[in-house]
Amino acid sequence: MTRTDGDETDPSPGAHADRASDEPAADSGSPVADGRETITFDRAGVRAGFLTCVPVALGVGGYGVAFGMLARRAGLSVAEATLMSATVLAGAAQIVAVELWAEPLPVATIVVTTLAINLRYSLMGAALGPWLERLSPLRSYGSLLLMADENWALTMRDLKSGSGRGAFLLGTGIAIWCFWVASTIVGAAAGGAIGDPAQYGIDFVLTAVFVALATDLWEGRSTLLPWLVALAIAVAAAEFLPGRWYILLGGLAAAAVEVIRHGR
Amino acid sequence: MVGEGAFALDPLVVGVILAMTLVTALTKVGGLWLLRRIEVSERFEAGLSVLPGAIVIAILAPELAAGGPAEWSAAGIVVVVMWRTESILLSLCGGVGAVVLFRAIG
Repeated sequence: MTRTDGDETDPSPGAHADRASDEPAADSGSPVADGRETITFDRAGVRAGFLTCVPVALGVGGYGVAFGMLARRAGLSVAEATLMSATVLAGAAQIVAVELWAEPLPVATIVVTTLAINLRYSLMGAALGPWLERLSPLRSYGSLLLMADENWALTMRDLKSGSGRGAFLLGTGIAIWCFWVASTIVGAAAGGAIGDPAQYGIDFVLTAVFVALATDLWEGRSTLLPWLVALAIAVAAAEFLPGRWYILLGGLAAAAVEVIRHGR
Repeated sequence: MVGEGAFALDPLVVGVILAMTLVTALTKVGGLWLLRRIEVSERFEAGLSVLPGAIVIAILAPELAAGGPAEWSAAGIVVVVMWRTESILLSLCGGVGAVVLFRAIG
């Protein structure tokens, strides 16, 4: 990956201008600091987010069908599975929760595991901070409630490009919510009738979104060290720790290395 | 128990779902909430600025490590398409198409 930032097609004034000032920036023509463009919150932003997210949400729908089927098998009713998707809106945590479902219900285990799996959202929300901070609490926190991995990735990309569309997260979140809830109903109602998502490559959608985003977020050589740290820690943590701790640990380790490097 | 069969809502199940909703909502808003309340130094901000990429890599790495040549080649195609076109949609179609194809071949 040797993509240079600031090529003609990419109007990204704030792509990475908040890098440390003592580091030579990979692109020289970025006068605007990260997230310092005007932030809007309007219908157009919601619409743009929604439309951008629809193809990704279709992939999410593949997981929703799988979740609905698993939930049914675990003994939840269609109504209960749908309620969970509509309110919790966290794919991995929900799938793990219904895997833990048993009689009697291990309430504490389910809730604590949900917390552990979803702690990464705090980090992801903080990463959106430079933009969301400038929206009203109702708008920023409200949008964050609809955040999932996929639409966080799309929103990060949009805001980093300097679009200033504060409502983008809300729009993408609405798309995710609609597809997630609808597909849960389909999966729960169909029971075991639908085959393996891997057959249609649906299991690869999330990976593809994140590979695309990584390509986009590459900022030249300065990115290499934190990314290698995140990679090493995540692979090791995924091997030795349960659940999704590896995401949190990989992100935190990279941030820590950057903080140390910045101090030099 | 409210309702029957598909529409059944067991009070305990609803309670667990609401508890899951609560902790999930806290994790989703918690990061920004903290950020709004603490004074962020320049060093800390530098750390925050690498978070997006680092989180993406942390999600990806074990996923790809668990895959095989089909997934790795498809990921390569996503990189190339994204780099050339800057289009999430095209990269997505290219990647998913490639993975289906490579799995069929492999």
